[in-house]
Amino acid sequence: MNYSIFSLVRQALKGHKDWPKVWRRILPEPKYDVVIIGGGGHGLATAYYLATKHNVGRVAVLEKSWLGGGNIGRNTTIVRSNYLLAGNEPFYEFSLKLWEGLTQELNYNVMFSQRGIINLFHSDAQRDAFVRRGNSMLLHGADAVLLDRDGVKRHAPMVDLDNARFPVMGGLMQPRGGTARHDAVAWGYARGADMAGVDIIQNCEVTGLRITNGTIQGVETNLGFIGAEKLGVAVAGNSSDISRMAQFDLPIESHVLQAFVSEGLKPFIDTVVTFGAGHFYISQSDKGGLVLGGDLDGYNSYARRGNLPTVEHVMECGVAMIPRLKRLRVLRSWGGIMDMSMDGSPIIDMTPVNGLYFNTGWCYGGFKATPASGWCFAHLIANDASHEVATGLRLDRFRTGRMIDESGHGAQPNLH
Amino acid sequence: MRIHCPHCGLRSIEEFTCLGDATIARPDPSGGEEAFYHYVYVRENPKGRHREYWHHGGGCRSWLIVERDTATHEISSVEAADAGHGDGS
Ligand SMILES: Cc1cc2nc3c(=O)[nH]c(=O)nc-3n(C[C@H](O)[C@H](O)[C@H](O)COP(=O)(O)OP(=O)(O)OC[C@H]3O[C@@H](n4cnc5c(N)ncnc54)[C@H](O)[C@@H]3O)c2cc1C
Ligand SMILES: [Zn+2]
Repeated sequence: MNYSIFSLVRQALKGHKDWPKVWRRILPEPKYDVVIIGGGGHGLATAYYLATKHNVGRVAVLEKSWLGGGNIGRNTTIVRSNYLLAGNEPFYEFSLKLWEGLTQELNYNVMFSQRGIINLFHSDAQRDAFVRRGNSMLLHGADAVLLDRDGVKRHAPMVDLDNARFPVMGGLMQPRGGTARHDAVAWGYARGADMAGVDIIQNCEVTGLRITNGTIQGVETNLGFIGAEKLGVAVAGNSSDISRMAQFDLPIESHVLQAFVSEGLKPFIDTVVTFGAGHFYISQSDKGGLVLGGDLDGYNSYARRGNLPTVEHVMECGVAMIPRLKRLRVLRSWGGIMDMSMDGSPIIDMTPVNGLYFNTGWCYGGFKATPASGWCFAHLIANDASHEVATGLRLDRFRTGRMIDESGHGAQPNLH
Repeated sequence: MRIHCPHCGLRSIEEFTCLGDATIARPDPSGGEEAFYHYVYVRENPKGRHREYWHHGGGCRSWLIVERDTATHEISSVEAADAGHGDGS
């Protein structure tokens, strides 16, 4: 069913009792042309673009839990394309352009709000680095504005510009950045994929891969064997689990990232502000809750919950940047498992196994990438060739020395 | 998480920094590119027991090898890194 003012009125007259299911609940068929493991944002977007933009036959998405219960439903929803390096920026800018039309494309309100994002800087050196990044963004066709202190004050008057340790000198702003509704992105892609004929199978965990003579045959699951001509893996923090089933290890470590949401407040902040020097960022959801986050806990984890020192650290940094947060009550905190790559950039590539494709390494920034990741992964699976904005996101770049290390931290995933 | 430092006793995790996998060993200089690629970039990343280096920077400043379950965060052993374990170089 197409969602519109007319369908809304029609359903309202029927007491909203007649809305069709957003996607079907079904059992898997014995075999598909393409199977995608992982019903997160990336897996669902991949299935959607495979079914709507490519001619690949029958497609299924297998999700071990409920749809959208992974990182797609756990992130702080920041969307931006403020990257420096040539391997990344065209990809993220392509993604941002897809975001700008996503609600219309999916006929589903993903509540994409281009409220802007401001990265604060506190020293001459940091400003110079941000100027360089801003120029790189402009050269790649994105938007960037350098704010001085007054500019920061105008957009984010609650920020304490005179912080003793990190006085604010200004900020790099991307006006087209912003936030979106995370669940709606998963549900919108799922609905679109389902309408295009994709089978979405929840509570279906992949427990093994069947590979003969180096070619993928299908997957073992709790619902039995499911055959696949091609298999795409988009399982975020569980990537190493799946690669182990194919007998290879990845340049990936799994780490926990926490986030927080406060009680609902009146409108407080209408943009996104990041305080990188202090490991803190903030925005406000449409329900009024302040959405807060910081850095990784810093140790390998699959636990989806972090430790209290990180909670304390994030809150300390928040109060340092915005002193009036000190009376804020936090309602919820949670964690998600990040697929941290060795250079901090993602991987969308083929693997040593014929017909097996991997989409991983999103670190803490894969939400913004969802549309382009799905688009490029679908392109790769359909054509056996990288999409033009994803040619740098290769698995072999670590072997050949073509790392895409935005932060310059080297092969230390807990620092990216 | 709290770590039982063999020198300082039971301390909060915020006194420590994690470096990562302690099972990888630097290959022999003549080991070839493939061995160095694995050493620098490839990780087993297990869900379960993980031997890892931690630095007690907020305490005795010594390096430790902690064996910890990455699925539950439970710590099963802590020893001084210079006790001849891990890569040692
Ligand atoms: C706290 C937090 C804050 C974040 N903030 C941001 C942000 O502000 N901006 C941003 O761009 N990004 C952010 N991210 C990162 C972003 O959420 C992730 O990079 C992105 O969601 C990962 O892709 P995904 O949606 O496909 O992952 P997921 O939603 O995790 O999807 C993977 C799915 O695979 C399933 N799966 C795993 N193993 C199996 C198996 N064996 N069989 C079947 N299914 C399996 C899982 O159940 C899961 O549903 C944040 C993440 C966290 C945790
Ligand atoms: Zn100690």
